[in-house]
Amino acid sequence: MSDWVEACDAEDIDEEDVMRFDHDGRTFAIYRSPDDEYFATDGLCTHEKVHLADGLVMDDIIECPKHNGRFNYKTGAARGAPVCVNLRTYPVRIDAGKILIQIG
Amino acid sequence: MTKGMIIIGAGECGGRAALALRDLGYDGPVTLVGDEPHLPYERPPLSKDAMAGNAPEIKAIASDAVLAERSIRHIHSVQAVAIDRAAHCVHLSDGSSLLYDKLLLATGSTPRKLPMPGLGVRCVYLRTFNDALAIRAHLSAGNRIAIVGGGFIGLELAAAACRLGAAVTVVEAQPRILMRGVPAEIAKIIHEAHEAEGVKILCGDGIAAIADDGAKARIALAGGQNIVADLAVIGIGAVPVTGLAAEAGLTIDNGIAVDAELRTGDPDIFAAGDCCSFPLAVYGGRRVRLEAWRNAQEQGALAARNMLGAGEAHAAVPWFWSDQYGLTLQIAGLSDEGHSTVRRDLDDGAFILFHLAQDGRLVAASGIGLGNTVARDIRLAEMLIARRAKPAPEALGSQTVKLKSLLAA
Repeated sequence: MSDWVEACDAEDIDEEDVMRFDHDGRTFAIYRSPDDEYFATDGLCTHEKVHLADGLVMDDIIECPKHNGRFNYKTGAARGAPVCVNLRTYPVRIDAGKILIQIG
Repeated sequence: MTKGMIIIGAGECGGRAALALRDLGYDGPVTLVGDEPHLPYERPPLSKDAMAGNAPEIKAIASDAVLAERSIRHIHSVQAVAIDRAAHCVHLSDGSSLLYDKLLLATGSTPRKLPMPGLGVRCVYLRTFNDALAIRAHLSAGNRIAIVGGGFIGLELAAAACRLGAAVTVVEAQPRILMRGVPAEIAKIIHEAHEAEGVKILCGDGIAAIADDGAKARIALAGGQNIVADLAVIGIGAVPVTGLAAEAGLTIDNGIAVDAELRTGDPDIFAAGDCCSFPLAVYGGRRVRLEAWRNAQEQGALAARNMLGAGEAHAAVPWFWSDQYGLTLQIAGLSDEGHSTVRRDLDDGAFILFHLAQDGRLVAASGIGLGNTVARDIRLAEMLIARRAKPAPEALGSQTVKLKSLLAA
């Protein structure tokens, strides 16, 4: 599969922050870690379908803005109540300053 | 021999405590006793999303499969009627009894009742899923719904009923809605949102009489106005469920009194969530009782750790939220600790009020906006409050200064 899609400019996202990306009826969250790496996950919390991009990124954790469910955005692993279902992650690469994600 | 852990109350707090005991590796018996017929479930949707659809659905904290897999015994539809502390035994309403090593009281709260007698099916309260089912049946286009009490439950229900086409009137005895814990500037936004949707809000007028003839609720206000409704929902606050604890001789002080580790005067009995009052470390040990979902969840987990001997003191900052129409309100900390406020405007009309103590310490933050626009900054404010930070008021008030940068300071 080579269904890479361009999401945004790498500089659009601050370090230790997150941005929402919608594509073809789906929604994703793209993260820039404190050590300047990029990651992508599904955009909605697995607890109540809240957009994670409104949440807070601290180190490698994204916290849902509604009920503080936490995930490791690098692995998608759920990190405590009320979330118990992991988040799906997607491969990311940078090409000429653009962020591409493989949405497969 | 291990007698195990018993949790009385199978709501958010009790349910989370049971799961936490297993997460922590406890392998003795865990028994969760609840007086409702359902699985442990989340209550916040009952006044919000659960009302939006045709019939409310249970949002379970744990399925039967999860409870079975984690060897959590859930006894439902049964009340705990007495605690024999000397024998470490709880007696249940079905005549059975259970022995415990440690006991957690997560009995929650119950709606404060109006002092008028004779109220029935047309004057109801909202606490349980079954209450929500009964209320939802009346929320249809053209029906007249009266909400007594302009607090969160009442206003959330008013918003839900209004969206379903009902004609809604809210009656609040205080001079404004949300008097308890919400700054006037924010209450005003919520008040205006309701009026814009067609909800009628009457403040500063108490109830002189209320009658329920089985078909209609009739409310007479002190000011002389009369309201006739197909359903009246009473939302005038909640009181902690303390009877079991009181009869067992435990201290009651605006709830079951516990120490910072959520332990009662009996070293083997803990209490957590809506039912307990506890010293809030972030405000110098001021004794409070919180009626909030996140507190129930966090204290359930903390109680589980301490039942296993962790000896960990409660350290969280109070936090809660409300959704009405497209607006979300979030408050971190207790704003009555504040002496002055600083306002930070965000995009799309959203704003946050930072409440500062006299010595400049940030003690609370209240925000309102569309969707989750205030969530991130309220979360950062919560961290600043927990650190007892004294951020510069100019920095708090300026949208160009990132709150995250203040955390590093």
